[in-house]
Amino acid sequence: MPAALQNAIDHYNYFITIFLMVSGLYIVIARGNMIKKLVGLSLFQTSVYLLYISPGKIIGGTAPILDPAFKVYSNPLPHVLILTAIVVGVATLALGLAIVARIHEAYGTIEEDEIFDRDAEG
Amino acid sequence: MRDILPQLPALQVVVPLVGAVLTAFVRRGIFAWALAALATFLSAAIAAGLLWQVLATGPISYRLGGWAPPWGIEYRVDVLNAFVLLLVSGVSTVMMPFARRSVAFEIEGDRQAWFYTMYLLCLAGLLGIAITGDAFNAFVFMEVSSLATYVLIAMGRDRRALLAAYQYLILGTIGATLYVIGVGLLYLVTGTLNIVDLGARLGAASAEQMRPILAALAFITVGISLKLALFPLHLWLPNAYAYAPSFATAFLAATATKVAVYLLLRFLFPVFSLAIGPVALQILHMLLLLSLAAMFVASILAVYEQNVKRMLAYSSVAQIGYITFGISLANQYGLTGGIVHLFNHAVMKGAMFLALGALFYRVRSVRLADLAGVGRQMPLTSAAFVVGGLGLIGTPGTAGFISKWYLALGAIDRGWWPLVFLLVASSLIAVVYVGRFVEVAYFRPVSEACKDARDPPLNMLIPILLLGAATIYFGIETELSAGVASQAADALLRGAK
Repeated sequence: MPAALQNAIDHYNYFITIFLMVSGLYIVIARGNMIKKLVGLSLFQTSVYLLYISPGKIIGGTAPILDPAFKVYSNPLPHVLILTAIVVGVATLALGLAIVARIHEAYGTIEEDEIFDRDAEG
Repeated sequence: MRDILPQLPALQVVVPLVGAVLTAFVRRGIFAWALAALATFLSAAIAAGLLWQVLATGPISYRLGGWAPPWGIEYRVDVLNAFVLLLVSGVSTVMMPFARRSVAFEIEGDRQAWFYTMYLLCLAGLLGIAITGDAFNAFVFMEVSSLATYVLIAMGRDRRALLAAYQYLILGTIGATLYVIGVGLLYLVTGTLNIVDLGARLGAASAEQMRPILAALAFITVGISLKLALFPLHLWLPNAYAYAPSFATAFLAATATKVAVYLLLRFLFPVFSLAIGPVALQILHMLLLLSLAAMFVASILAVYEQNVKRMLAYSSVAQIGYITFGISLANQYGLTGGIVHLFNHAVMKGAMFLALGALFYRVRSVRLADLAGVGRQMPLTSAAFVVGGLGLIGTPGTAGFISKWYLALGAIDRGWWPLVFLLVASSLIAVVYVGRFVEVAYFRPVSEACKDARDPPLNMLIPILLLGAATIYFGIETELSAGVASQAADALLRGAK
């Protein structure tokens, strides 16, 4: 097997992370629909969870509960950090959706270009 | 009292946080305001206590929950962040009396209590970023303050406030996520999140670890730059400041971007300069170019703005350029100039945005055309606005002059003479946009809108005059501002060697 391919397979979790990261960011930039933008933003944030969690797992490692039978443990800290980050992500998404709902009440649309047109008229 | 003293670092965040929860249970705006004012005042007292302690005995390390650093979260207070803590809570305390009428005027009765809840959450988050010694903890506090900020902005009366809040939410979240990606990369390389420990471990990093470290530097710098509105990542700022309620604008302009600048300083100096070496920090050259661009482009945009609130917002982008200009010089004078401008700009812009809030309270408009003749109708408010403006220009005798003096010394110290001329040239643009206000307010016939305007009631007027007076005071007596800033700069540079 060529070294580059082997390298890619060994680091497949990072490639998934980067793919999610970039596609999330692309959706935020490319879409004019405010809900879709938020979906992209969520995807972008979720990719970071993977970035933290996957290195925390050690192959052959067990849950970090001290026991003489086990020698290798996974690192629990990334999980704890990401638990916090998930809460942050949920709060951001909820607030974002709430603001979009209010924008819909105020403007009657959630398409960004239409909203700019309406502000330009008024 | 003796038992409380060692707990001050935790209380610095806990007091506004608990205040926010209590405020959420209150329905009447006046009670919510009283609670918020009390919590803000206590925060300022705690911050003053911390600064006094740090100046007397050196840095304080507080172990949250008793877990020893670098495993547990450490609250670390040194001269720099004690200064930032005092700045944030002190300016907020001075502004609080103003909030009562301004918020009652601009926000519906049943939402006022929520407004103060969000204000306190934002304050708790900002103080948290400044006090924590843990990179991930700083992210959590960043999101606490940001989420509260989005709500504060969305509470503006104009429907465009919602749009501004949404845009800030998108960009702010991208910024925070980029930051957390950078922190994640550093964590992968070093296995630590404690900022002091990070610096030490990066100093011992091997050559093959440089690539993720450089990537982390890029992610963290861009992420924080979005938060501090470094040109050209400032696009969220003008609308957010223009459509937020007056008090929220004044509060955010004086505090939020400053805390982000502080975080950038923390990462650039003790952390990354250890790994890469201060001279090799190529990113500082980039920062210098963007700062210069901010100083000119944003100032010119301010000149053409008809809405005074937006004009000040663009001016803020330019002024942040001066702060990052000082940071990018990376020497004693430059850093002192950057840090002292962080303080001075908070005072000057605070005075100007509060004065503008009072103008809106009386005239009900912040368009330049509607404010014609307001200088004669509201003499004290307009005078405070103009004094703040003179500070922005950097007139000798105002706080702004002190900042620019140190920035110029920093540039000369590096042997970059042309930068001094650019500093002066960009200040001349500030003369134009402040001058436009002076011309309209003092030399034009009184407009229809401000026919009946007069200076606002005392509880609004006193905070404005206090901050206006502080602009002059800190231009003459610089022990608290430049003196402490110089100590902080010294500590940063010593830590970086």
